[in-house]
Amino acid sequence: MPKVISNERISRDFWVMRVAQPNEARMGQFCMLRSWDRYPLLSRPVSVFDADPGTLSFLYKVIGEGTALLSRCREGDAVTTGRVLGNTFPLVSGRIAMVGGGVGIAPLYLAAKTLKAHDPATTVDLYLGFSDEALLVEEYAAVGDRTTVKVGGFITDAIDPEGYDCVLTCGPEIMMRVLYEKCRASGTKLYASLEKRMACGFGVCLACSCGTTAGRRKVCTDGPVFPAEEVF
Amino acid sequence: MGPAVDFAGVTMKNPVVLASGTCGFGRELQGYFDLSRLGGIASKGLTLNERKGNEGIRAWETPSGLMNSIGLENPGVRGFIEKELDWINGHDVANIVNLGGHSIEDYLEGIALLNDVELDLLELNISCPNVKQGGMNFGIRTDTARDVVRTLRGICRHKLVVKLSPNAEDVVALARACEEEGADGLSLTNTYLGMAIDIERRRPVFDNVYAGLSGPAIRPISLRMVHQVAHAVKIPVMGIGGIATWRDAVEFIMAGATAVQIGAATFVKPDLALDVIDGIAAFLDAQGISDIAEIRGIV
Ligand SMILES: Cc1cc2nc3c(=O)[nH]c(=O)nc-3n(C[C@H](O)[C@H](O)[C@H](O)COP(=O)(O)OP(=O)(O)OC[C@H]3O[C@@H](n4cnc5c(N)ncnc54)[C@H](O)[C@@H]3O)c2cc1C
Ligand SMILES: Cc1cc2nc3c(=O)[nH]c(=O)nc-3n(C[C@H](O)[C@H](O)[C@H](O)COP(=O)(O)O)c2cc1C
Ligand code: FES
Repeated sequence: MPKVISNERISRDFWVMRVAQPNEARMGQFCMLRSWDRYPLLSRPVSVFDADPGTLSFLYKVIGEGTALLSRCREGDAVTTGRVLGNTFPLVSGRIAMVGGGVGIAPLYLAAKTLKAHDPATTVDLYLGFSDEALLVEEYAAVGDRTTVKVGGFITDAIDPEGYDCVLTCGPEIMMRVLYEKCRASGTKLYASLEKRMACGFGVCLACSCGTTAGRRKVCTDGPVFPAEEVF
Repeated sequence: MGPAVDFAGVTMKNPVVLASGTCGFGRELQGYFDLSRLGGIASKGLTLNERKGNEGIRAWETPSGLMNSIGLENPGVRGFIEKELDWINGHDVANIVNLGGHSIEDYLEGIALLNDVELDLLELNISCPNVKQGGMNFGIRTDTARDVVRTLRGICRHKLVVKLSPNAEDVVALARACEEEGADGLSLTNTYLGMAIDIERRRPVFDNVYAGLSGPAIRPISLRMVHQVAHAVKIPVMGIGGIATWRDAVEFIMAGATAVQIGAATFVKPDLALDVIDGIAAFLDAQGISDIAEIRGIV
């Protein structure tokens, strides 16, 4: 089983866990995490925050029993990550904006790194919105070009999609819907990473099913990333 | 011999079946293990026509359990026959097709379509708690279940397994009625009717208010029902409810089950069934048992 390399508290409710695991994790994907044996029954879906060939990192918010147990892991403890699951953000280039709300910023870190590495001419502007406390602002600034942070209020007020080739987003559904309306008005392509309650994470239970213009889709295997016009 | 079993005339290389609604149609699992290692696979519950399933929250965890209100999202019998059937039949596993319905007419039409195709067992789901009409309503009262099985048995050309609800008024009487009406086997249990409340929103968690509970939390109760039913009927029984280890499976077999189904446990470990299969085989070896039937119903 993979071992915890570090598990650091970065604010009152947020933690970053690094786990030793050979992987081919790509931007937007997630793992079904557990650090316990029988109880709770289900594993918890958490996005890949960062990845290199030997380690996976997760940025998570403690909200209930499962994430509280994760936060108690110490260096050397065993965790189960299972396979890296889900689809990825598209490998777009040009002028890109990424809009994250709260813990929804998690998958955007690897996304920004990946897009910049893929095409150094690509610019990535990061818009990070938080309700009470900003997180990891320097770390994000290091992987993007311009970073806009908003604590309280609406991060969607800070972005004008006009002029961007593509926008990627993850966060509260209401934020993503508002952003979609803005992108639609300016004709900018938007990809959204959806968060649905999951039981299995690999496509067998249908707990995460959502309606799309292309019919029912499973957020865990067909997503979590969808073209916004298909789901909003 | 060894772990192989005969279930109502269908030979299975071991008694381990993946339960309906917890393994899709098998495709999603193929990347995790060789499906043909399984004894059988029970399809997602089909209805005559395609269904979107329920809105709102569909899964909710409880202490050692999982409540679900999926609402039989499925491609419909025709969609299944077109897109999934050949693929499943291409694997060397017992192909158990689970059929749900809202009305007798739905079941009749579904069975008529399935009569023309190749499958091993038709599992009649009269026990789904997550659809507003039909579903579990057929599986609560003995007289209603008797009428349904009589009507459907009359036209079904396949071996018929009736999947029983733990919410039945008298599960033993209901099981006997199914046997008398010609069921070839029984499977039990489906999920238990449960409820959860979101106290912040002061509302039920599920749009349908009630939902079906499964997982380790239900195991002792399902085991008791399997024990009661298996000792009251002559047709074979598949034991279902919270099985998560090979030891749990052996308990159901000792209680009288010919085969077992694994449900929610697959969500935690996609290839859990292999652990159960290997564990049963090792147990038989260690105990010097040459045929699993030697321990069936010994308790
Ligand atoms: C694809 C995906 C990626 C995610 N990425 C991250 C991430 O990077 N960082 C992070 O902090 N959180 C992420 N989440 C949310 C995270 O899964 C939940 O916060 C976590 O499951 C809560 O578990 P808990 O035991 O602490 O809370 P509990 O409330 O005790 O959880 C109870 C049950 O509800 C489920 N659940 C509760 N909230 C959610 C939710 N929002 N989404 C899905 N299931 C939920 C749990 O899995 C569990 O089954 C992601 C969710 C999804 C679907
Ligand atoms: C998400 C989910 C979906 C299910 N869907 C069906 C279904 O379509 N048809 C059916 O007969 N049973 C369905 N069931 C019930 C299971 O097949 C099984 O009877 C029940 O979960 C008890 O087994 P377990 O405790 O091992 O999960 C479903 C169960 C779950 C958890
Ligand atoms: S979480 Fe089970 S199908 Fe998506």
